[in-house]
Amino acid sequence: MKQKNLKRGRYRGYNRWGYIFLIPFFLIYAIFALLPMLSTFYYSFFENYMSGLRMVGPRFVGLENYIALFTQGDLLKYAGNTLIMWILGFVPQIAIALLLAAWFTDTRLRLRGAGFFKTVIYMPNLIMASAFSMLFFALFSNNGPVNNVLVNLGIFQEPFRFLASTAGARGLVALMNVLMWFGNTTILLMAGMMGIDTGLFEAARVDGASPFQVFSRITMPLLKPILIYVLITSLIGGLQMFDVPQILTNGKGEPDRTSMTLMMYLNNHLFNKNYGMAGALSVILFFITGVLSVLIFKSLTKGRKPGKERV
Amino acid sequence: MREKKEEVRGLSLKIRRGICYLVLTLISVVCLFSFYMLFVNSTRAHSDIQKGFSLLPGKSFLANLSSVWENKTILIVRGLGNSVFVASLTALLSVYFSALTAYAIHVYEFRFKKAAFYFILLVMTIPTQVSALGFVKLITSMGLKDSFLPLIVPSIAAPAVFFFLKQYMESALPLEMVEAARIDGSGEFFTFNRVILPVIKPALAVQAIFTFVSSWNNYFTPSLVLTSSEKKTLPLWIAYIRSADFTKFDMGQLYMMIFCSIFPVVLVYLLLSRFIVQGVALGSLKG
Repeated sequence: MKQKNLKRGRYRGYNRWGYIFLIPFFLIYAIFALLPMLSTFYYSFFENYMSGLRMVGPRFVGLENYIALFTQGDLLKYAGNTLIMWILGFVPQIAIALLLAAWFTDTRLRLRGAGFFKTVIYMPNLIMASAFSMLFFALFSNNGPVNNVLVNLGIFQEPFRFLASTAGARGLVALMNVLMWFGNTTILLMAGMMGIDTGLFEAARVDGASPFQVFSRITMPLLKPILIYVLITSLIGGLQMFDVPQILTNGKGEPDRTSMTLMMYLNNHLFNKNYGMAGALSVILFFITGVLSVLIFKSLTKGRKPGKERV
Repeated sequence: MREKKEEVRGLSLKIRRGICYLVLTLISVVCLFSFYMLFVNSTRAHSDIQKGFSLLPGKSFLANLSSVWENKTILIVRGLGNSVFVASLTALLSVYFSALTAYAIHVYEFRFKKAAFYFILLVMTIPTQVSALGFVKLITSMGLKDSFLPLIVPSIAAPAVFFFLKQYMESALPLEMVEAARIDGSGEFFTFNRVILPVIKPALAVQAIFTFVSSWNNYFTPSLVLTSSEKKTLPLWIAYIRSADFTKFDMGQLYMMIFCSIFPVVLVYLLLSRFIVQGVALGSLKG
């Protein structure tokens, strides 16, 4: 207590600087993030859209935009698309990441070149998603290199039109998401695994546990907090899925809008100046991410700070 | 008996290790393959690419580069310049002001300190997209449509960068250092700029790279803000190319354009990969 008083006293003259230094952040946040968010909420209660060259509204309509979204729009279809493509990408991603992270941190395996492999697998994460999608579009196009090889090897009689089939388009989006994110997940999981007391592994080994047993009985349970963190952050990222399907399908979510995500839907409303609907959709997305964020917030403030350990 | 068991274990370890290397090599090839194809095709002429698939580079690298350079409708070089400009300033502002914010909360004792900290933590995961509507309306009314400012200035308030730097300060910035500076008669702002910033340089560098890259790659926000050809950043040109008639394109030039958008980041990454990979685990909050 005395210590604390002393500290306070010593700092009293300086502490106003704490407020001063916070001004830029809060000022900019209020103008460019908070204000737009509130006005988005506000617009969601108004009828306001472009009809030809004429602007309709804004006219207060209460919850009509929300009702319209759920009853006449394709909101649930797009939510389903987003979820399916997220799962298709997340499951292989987490499986590969767990395997690689377990290998890299295995003290008995002592793999060489871990630094090189980590560099390679993380790289796709930094690549411009839109350019990466354009590249995949070119590579997987009807007479692109991939189809060339498939036809030459006799696997297909004629070029497979990837983007004309639902499975092809969703599969490509999922494949790209896996490629872009499994390196990142591997590194996060490694950090978690390295935080586990190595004595536990040694003890298990002395008791004759197989590598699989060590993994399922020791690594997995202790890794649970970080796995939850990875799951939730990935889910939030998945909700924001935009660049890849947008560029791959030229914003159309082809075929038959089965690869249209929620963010693409929002983007369409914004471009068509359909502000009322865009607002309502934003609010829905805000609440979904809000709930997920609270879960992260809890995991961050509970003392367990994921990713605090150095690699 | 025991020796035999050890031997079997040693052997199985070797086999396991072999499998690991095999799988790792395979995964690396999958990771690099598309980029290798990009490189190969950017060195081949349109007619060669039409003829079919090749694993070997061609000789048209410079020809493709000059046709990208001379293209009068798709201003990739201009886009490259715009992207560098926006991403650099974004990284600079974001890192500097996030450090200032983190410093305020780390060093000083004041009434709303906890509240401010939790507020930033809470808003950290809210995606910018959900306030895009209000954002577009706001910048339109401010007359900032088709300007770089709305892409750069908001980066002053970057909760994720703040969180990372706050974590770093907790582990690497003893308060005694601040006190020592005070005893030497240094003003608070001076202390931050001249004493503290140099100490946390490694963390600043890592965050600067991440912010630069995410601004460089950003497609959603610039597509709502920028409209004129002179202002477009690279992702917007990529989207433009995608929406154009694909069959009429010079494919060599197309691959070269993608190459130009990807290559600078790959280069930076290869030079600094050690720091970047280390930084990921420290505070990444991406999906």
